[in-house]
Order: sequence, then C-alpha cells, then structure tokens
Amino acid sequence: MTTSEPREVERIHPVADPGVEHHVERWTDVDEAAANRVTRQITFMFGMVPLLCIAFVVFYFAIDRSATVDFAGLHAPAQHTLMGLAAGMAILLVGVGAVQWARLLMNDHEQVEERHDIASSDDTRKEAVAQFSAGVEDSGIGRRKMIGTSLAGALGILAVPALVMFADMGPWPGPGMRRATIERTVWAEGVHLVTDVTYNRIKAAEMEIGQLINAQPEVLKEMAHDDPIQFQREKAKASIIIVKMDPNRIKVPKSRTDWHVGGILCYSKICTHVGCPISLWEQQTHHLLCPCHQSTFDLGNSGVVVFGPAALSLPQLPIKVDAQGFLVAQRDFDVPVGPSYFERDSSKDYQDGDE
Amino acid sequence: MATPARKRRRPARLVLIGAWMFVLGAAYAAVAPTSVQADGGVPAEIASGKAMFTTNCSSCHGLNGEGTSQGPSLVGVGAAAVDFQVSTGRMPMAIPGAQAPRRTNTYSAEEIRAMAAYVQSLGPGPEIPKPEQYDPTGLSEEEIAQGGELFRTNCSACHNFAGHGGALPNGKYAPSLVGVSGKDIYEALRTGPQQMPVFSKGALSDTEVRQIIAYLSELHEVPNGGFTLGGLGPVSEGFWTWVLGIGGLSGFALWIASRGARAR
Repeated sequence: MTTSEPREVERIHPVADPGVEHHVERWTDVDEAAANRVTRQITFMFGMVPLLCIAFVVFYFAIDRSATVDFAGLHAPAQHTLMGLAAGMAILLVGVGAVQWARLLMNDHEQVEERHDIASSDDTRKEAVAQFSAGVEDSGIGRRKMIGTSLAGALGILAVPALVMFADMGPWPGPGMRRATIERTVWAEGVHLVTDVTYNRIKAAEMEIGQLINAQPEVLKEMAHDDPIQFQREKAKASIIIVKMDPNRIKVPKSRTDWHVGGILCYSKICTHVGCPISLWEQQTHHLLCPCHQSTFDLGNSGVVVFGPAALSLPQLPIKVDAQGFLVAQRDFDVPVGPSYFERDSSKDYQDGDE
Repeated sequence: MATPARKRRRPARLVLIGAWMFVLGAAYAAVAPTSVQADGGVPAEIASGKAMFTTNCSSCHGLNGEGTSQGPSLVGVGAAAVDFQVSTGRMPMAIPGAQAPRRTNTYSAEEIRAMAAYVQSLGPGPEIPKPEQYDPTGLSEEEIAQGGELFRTNCSACHNFAGHGGALPNGKYAPSLVGVSGKDIYEALRTGPQQMPVFSKGALSDTEVRQIIAYLSELHEVPNGGFTLGGLGPVSEGFWTWVLGIGGLSGFALWIASRGARAR
C-alpha cells in the first residue's frame, strides 16, 4: 500500500491504522542459555509423566481398597484419590510441557494468510449448469414422461413400510384405552390398605393424631412376585398416604363426610403436577409438599393446592373399616390420579369451597 | 322450767359434737389426696418434675401443661417427647422462631427423667425407650437392607436419601440425621416432634425402627467419596464449576495467549 492518496478508512476514521505490532524477540531467541534452561524444564515435565503412570499402577495394586484419607474436610477412598492425582498430574504435565514448547522454543515468526472468496467463479458455475442440462436432455425424461411419473410414485410409496412401523409404539390411546389404563387403579371396594414395603394391614384404632403412613393396596403383595411388570405399573398409580388429623381442626365438605374414619384420611401419593411421589407432610399445618417443584396441598382441606405449579387437588380415596377394624377402600379414586393430560375430564376434581 | 332438762342435755351434746368432729376428721384423713411421700419414690419424682416444669416450661406450655398461644398442650405427648426435646437441647426454646434448633443440653439425666415423669402423669403417651428397642446391633445384612427400603419409603422425602436433612416451607427444615443417636431417632419417630409426623408401632414396629437406625449408621460410616458442597444441589455445584472450573480454564487460556518474557 504505497499510494499518496489517503485510503477510504483513513478518511472516515480520525485515528490512523497502527498496523501490525512491531515484532519483539523472546529471551529464548536471543539467549542460548535461556533456551537450554527452558528445554530442560520441558524435558523434566515430559519425564515426570512415566513416573506418575508407574505411581498410578503402584497405587492400584498396593493400596487397600477400603483405606481412606481425610483432607480438607473430605473423607475419601485413598486408592481413588491417589490414582486420580497421579493420572491427573500426568495429563496436566503433558499439556503444560507442550504449551511451553510452542510458546518459548518453536518458531516465533508471524505469518499472514489472506482470505479468499468462497463462491466459485462465474465460468465454473456456467459450466456446471451446462453439464446438468446436458444430463437431463440425455435421460430423455422430457420426451418419455411415464418414466418420471412412475419413479415419483415408487419413491412416494417407499414411505409406507417406514410409517407402518409406528404401530409398534403401542395401541392407539383412545378413550377406551385410557379408561382401562391411566383412568383406573387397582383400588376397589374392600381392598385393604397396607403399609408400604412390609404389607401389614392397618388398624384404624391404632393410628394417632399426627401419624403418617406410606401405604399400598394389599393386592400388590401377590403381584410383586407373580407379575413384576404389572406390579410396577399398578404401584405407580395406586400409591397412597394415610394421615390422621384432629377431626375438629380440618375442613370436611358435606360430600366427603363418610370418606374418612374419625380423622383418618387417605390421599393419592402422586403429585398432580408431573407425578412425583410425595410424602413430605407437616403434621401441624397439614400441608403436603412436593419436593420436585414445591407444589403444596392442604390435606386438612380435601387436598386443595395452596402453593406451587400444580393445578388439580390431590385425589382423595374414600375409606372405611372392615369388621375387624382394618382400613379398607370404599371404591377406586373418583378422578384419575397423577398429572393431567389433554383429554382428562377435570370437572369432578375437588375445588376449594365445593360442598 | 326447762332449765334442768337443758342442763342435763348439755354434756350429751358436747359428747355428740366431739364424736362427730372425730368422724369427720378421720374420714377426711382417709379420703384426702396423699401428698408427697418421701418413701414412695415415683410421686416425689413427679413432684420435683412439676416444680422444674413450672420454672422452665410453664411460660409457654401453661402451668398444668395445657398449652398456651405460645406453645402446644403437652397432655398425652408422653415421656419420650420430653426426653427427646430436652436431651437434644431443643427445649426449652431459647428464642421464638420457625423451628427449635438442636442445642447443647444443660439438664442432668435425673432432671429430664423428673420432667418426663411429670408430663407422662398428665396423660399417657410414649415412654422413654429401653436400649433393646433402638439398639441396632445383631441385625443381619438382609434386615439392614430392608431398613434402607423403609428409610427411602418413609423418611427420605424430608430427610434426604442420605439422611442429610432438607428444607421445609417458611424457614422450617428436616434436620440432618448424621451422628444422631438411635434413641433420638426412636423417640422422634414415636412422638412426631414439631412438623414431623408420628410413626407409631402399628405402622413401624420396634424391629423395623432398629433396621432403619442400623441402615443409617452403616450409611454414614461408608466414605462419601466427595464434597457435599452443603448438599444444596445445582446451586453450590454450579458455583464451584464457575469459580474453580471455568476460572481455572480461563487462567490457563490467559497464560497460553500471553507472549511470555520478551527481550526488550
């Protein structure tokens, strides 16, 4: 750029282009002793790597797997800690050595590489179009149109074998399928409420105010052995929590006066937001909190939502006692348990203030 | 006219009055409530417990443990509730707040027993457990594994899967169970302190409670294999990733891009 006229950029911008910074040589370029010192440093770093790898192998075989080390408040397995330190240091030294090599010893000459246009030249593009047109002419598709039409049909029908595979994704989720699956649980008239894990029946008279029981339907006990897949499906919907509250300190609507047994109420354990199991119950406030997204339900008020993203009240299971005083279900839930879905009929869900 | 007759009757009346007073006095002595008996033992413990209760607890729980606007009724909470709350230093509560935190207990075992006996006399509730009810020794591996299943089903919602505790609404929290004694866990399960629900014998037998205690002590003996970072999840983990991880990488990037010592 040696021209007497000021360039365009210089006319627009008042500050002149400073150009490329003046090149300054490194100590290692001008002082052979410095270069040798850096060489020794880098060689030492690379030389440490085999030693660390040997240490890793030694740690693997020599250290008792149950031994632990305590440092900086950490109580960790000794073998894993030392193996990690050895392997990590080895990889770090390879990297640091390589960087030092490139920064201080390799060629320091600055190079400039000009960019060029990505697009092809006009001649190349004209030539490509001409070759394509010649190919079309050669195939004769302009004269024999039947070939083109039948090819289009053949390619189109190839989608059918691919699409028919979607049938494997399961039965069509119509109203009948929903009624048989997500809109019912194994709860039914007379099914005993039993403790989760241990499957013990629950005596209503033995429950105390403030008590919480994580419970399941008794029919799951057999299913757990006979049909584990069905067991998982049914447990995911049928899980319940039973709580006992002072009957004088809770609100029971007229339509649900016979749903509880002297302050013992039973609710679905599945959050109506996205279906997390919930049993985080505060016995004094009667609030049930979902740990996933903090939806909060008031079990002393038919399970209405008092906080959080859930929109539907927690479904309540009507219960009674059998002749021996054990808790049993009156029937299945009146509404589908768990999170909502597009086709769900939400007119039967309890809303705060319903009778 | 009537004077001689009256004179004759007077001694008889005096005798009658004397006899009546004796009968009344004897009857009263027989039906009157027996006061403190030094030899009886138990009533004396209750009496000293009542005295301590009046001094330390009654300002919030009422002079007879009936409860006030400041504290709940203690009728029927049982001796185990007193032992749990006082021996862990939660009660007497130092300052009103969302929840009574664990503190150093300043009462002797006898003093706690006396207060517990008094509260138990107000209304029956869970008794202070005996060691065989909460001592986890002698359980098989299968039983301890079942304790883990019971813990994850019943306790992990609030106390976290590893028993490290968790947050509740409005400043309340489920405390960490690391280092908590088996007796404290037993008493808390049976009495339901503060927001914690009750887990009674009908739903969780003494053996199952021992399994849970055994599982927790075994869980907390195993090396944790890393920093908990306060157990706050993505908040503290993200903080350390940004500060240490990305900060350290930025440091390396700056060092690589720097020109190093130049021979000016």
